[in-house]
Amino acid sequence: MDSEVTPVHTEITLVVNGTEHRLRVDTRASLLDTLREDLGLTGSKKGCDHGQCGACTVLLDGRRANACLALAVAHDGAEVVTVEGLARDGRLSPLQEAFIEQDGFQCGYCTPGQLCSATAVLDEADRGWPSAVTGDLSADPVLDDDEIRERMSGNLCRCGAYMGIVRAVREAARKTETEEARA
Amino acid sequence: MRPFVYERATSADEALRLHEDGAFYLGGGTNLVDLMRLGVEEPARLVDVSRLPNGEIELRPDGSLLIGAAVSNSDLAADRTVRESHPMLAQAVLAGASGQIRNLATVGGNLLQRTRCSYFQDADKPCNKRNPGSGCPAREGEHHNLAILGHSEACVATHPSDMAVALAALDATVHVQGRDGERTTPLRELHRLPGNEPQRDTVLDPGDLITAVEVPPLDIPSRYRKVRERASFAFALVSIAAALDVEGGTVRDVRIALGGVAHKPWRALRAEEALRGAPAIGEEFQRAAEAELDLAEPLRDNAYKVPLARNLIVRTLTELGEQS
Ligand SMILES: Cc1cc2nc3c(=O)[nH]c(=O)nc-3n(C[C@H](O)[C@H](O)[C@H](O)COP(=O)(O)OP(=O)(O)OC[C@H]3O[C@@H](n4cnc5c(N)ncnc54)[C@H](O)[C@@H]3O)c2cc1C
Ligand code: SF4
Ligand code: FES
Ligand code: FES
Repeated sequence: MDSEVTPVHTEITLVVNGTEHRLRVDTRASLLDTLREDLGLTGSKKGCDHGQCGACTVLLDGRRANACLALAVAHDGAEVVTVEGLARDGRLSPLQEAFIEQDGFQCGYCTPGQLCSATAVLDEADRGWPSAVTGDLSADPVLDDDEIRERMSGNLCRCGAYMGIVRAVREAARKTETEEARA
Repeated sequence: MRPFVYERATSADEALRLHEDGAFYLGGGTNLVDLMRLGVEEPARLVDVSRLPNGEIELRPDGSLLIGAAVSNSDLAADRTVRESHPMLAQAVLAGASGQIRNLATVGGNLLQRTRCSYFQDADKPCNKRNPGSGCPAREGEHHNLAILGHSEACVATHPSDMAVALAALDATVHVQGRDGERTTPLRELHRLPGNEPQRDTVLDPGDLITAVEVPPLDIPSRYRKVRERASFAFALVSIAAALDVEGGTVRDVRIALGGVAHKPWRALRAEEALRGAPAIGEEFQRAAEAELDLAEPLRDNAYKVPLARNLIVRTLTELGEQS
């Protein structure tokens, strides 16, 4: 057989939604295909496979990332959270609840990516990360609708549920803030 | 995708050792993995340099920055020091890609990302950059977002990086480790014009590893602005990184670099020259912008970029003049 087409396999470890998995992967496998095909976690979606739609967004070592552009082998040892891991002890996260309350989806195909992305948006804003629409870079940003739209711009929605998505993120941000103020 | 061997390097020396013919360095993979999937790049080996011990940003006593090549685009833009000391750089990084891509993307990979010319990305089409001598279909085909300055018969592609445009305006220097040791290259000389070798985006040799980017201090008002086809998450039609220092109504110092117009970040030296010592007024900004854009050779479908670039220069300098 032509050595050029012989696949190369490697052993890696991934901690996905809190569970450690030892896997043998083709070096060419994306994190997305590994999650979907090897681990059966089909929540993360393949919309484009080119980084352009955000449907595959997961949390990779705590940060949102396009699982379609990440090679599984390059993330040996990583902690991954997919949409399946956002709920805690059977309870939806405040953001997931807000997506339901605010009509943040229609067909739902983009929703797992929107949810993972928005989860990170709340965290990034908490850490004071700016965005392209942040006027004063030296100040801490406030998550208004313009900020939410810009920060969520890596997640496309063919159904055009954007209005509901912005509302949901805004509501979840508000809820988390009030909870933090109470704590 | 062609099978490949994956190696993770833990030091620059090891990365160079692991790099052999047919190998590519891997940063975040946001450009390279995409091009591999498209069949445009076919490495036999990937040497992962995203975890080298150069993932830090250092503010030096003289106010310059030393940014490690493995720093993620997100960390660069979020860094408090960078936001205070070089706001234009943070703005340029934030103007690029999406939040999730910037988390994966590294500084080294951002500089060496390849053109978004649609023929280059389609392995079934001719393209001098991908397959030297096969021709340039973009010249007569789809080129509305390609170059107006410095292009050649062989290639009319643009360099897509926003960050590199700010670094060109900032007179940054790139630290490179190659087979013959370490050296530095001014960022403005890193990327090339296409000439008759469009397959070479940069002056780097195979195996050269970018280890860091050094940015001199900047203490004058600056900003990055980008015009694109939608409000966010799109490559630049035209972008500008500018800095302006006005004293007593006269331009003391000015930097202008344009993105989306050429095969490399385009430092508008002619416009800068025309402005130094001139009154900081709209007519002078206009005259300087026109002097620069006299060099433009727009293609059939991208002449709109000429007035767009001119207006972007005038408007951005006017705003900076008001802050100065
Ligand atoms: C949908 C989409 C939209 C985008 N929009 C924008 C945009 O608006 N503006 C913009 O600027 N960019 C944009 N990008 C491009 C993005 O910024 C780049 O893909 C990213 O910066 C590349 O960094 P990386 O670390 O992922 O590089 P990789 O993909 O890992 O590598 C890119 C190249 O650099 C080489 N390389 C990597 N590190 C080194 C090193 N240290 N030394 C030597 N060689 C090295 C690799 O071999 C490869 O050839 C977009 C990308 C996508 C997918
Ligand atoms: S412009 Fe350059 S990259 Fe595009 S088709 Fe022509 S040669 Fe290829
Ligand atoms: S599937 Fe990853 S961004 Fe579209
Ligand atoms: S809800 Fe259908 S794509 Fe977003």
